[in-house]
Amino acid sequence: MQPPAEHVHWLFATGLLLLGLCLLAEAVVGTEVWRRRAWRAYLWPGLAFALGVFMWPVMTFYTNSTIHMLAHGAWAEVLMLAGAVELALVRGKLHHPAWRLAMASAFLVSGAAFLVHEQNAWLFQRSAFLHHLLGWTLVLAAVFPLVRSVRPRSQTAAAGFALTFVVLAVFLYCDRDVAPVFGHISPLAGPPHR
Amino acid sequence: MNAELVSELEVPRHRTARARFVSALGPATALAGVIWAIVQPYRLTILHPGGYGFWWLAVEPPLLVIGVGLLFYFAIVPGLLEDLEERDAAAR
Repeated sequence: MQPPAEHVHWLFATGLLLLGLCLLAEAVVGTEVWRRRAWRAYLWPGLAFALGVFMWPVMTFYTNSTIHMLAHGAWAEVLMLAGAVELALVRGKLHHPAWRLAMASAFLVSGAAFLVHEQNAWLFQRSAFLHHLLGWTLVLAAVFPLVRSVRPRSQTAAAGFALTFVVLAVFLYCDRDVAPVFGHISPLAGPPHR
Repeated sequence: MNAELVSELEVPRHRTARARFVSALGPATALAGVIWAIVQPYRLTILHPGGYGFWWLAVEPPLLVIGVGLLFYFAIVPGLLEDLEERDAAAR
């Protein structure tokens, strides 16, 4: 009854898409309006924390090598940490804006984990391409949470931060896609399959 | 009829660009899911369900995208628009 690995990727993509839409709406209406209802204020940090929690069973049941296990474990830890810090900021338990650097470090650690645990080059096969793409996207997009921690009112940083999650969701949905660009590219990668 | 009520009814509802953008997010996401389903129909196993197990039939990416768009539109946007309009009215 365990879902196939690609379904887990698609479910995480769905969570990230919802997270991205919430952040985009917050960027447009402003934090003050977004937080007028308590449940809404806790929504996206709670979602980020929950995604971190759900990453643990992924680490336990879906990793077939030590480096995959370490990468998924790192994602679980940094997602939970970043979500928990944002929850504490909303709740008022933490005040200093520098705490927002937790999200920037989560992006950097996640991106590094993607790049380190992918052993093949970009065009070796579909999953290698996506791992490199996801890794570099996260590393480069870390600038948005970084700017957000220095300039919390920056609209550009907030919009970029939100759109990063939408883009990550699109990449995750591409897992096991049969479009040629995501198919097996190297003959060493074996016969193409869905 | 109460004249005051009539005048209230006749006031056109003016929505700001922000409100329109937030209102469009959910439908735009759902539309993206519909277009995706048309472009890659093989990703919808519900169209050819024979031989697929539970997870292949339960988790279908284009339907998930449509679901997220509808969830956002119906669960999050209405309250958000109310609060946005309240804030704008207070600022006037």
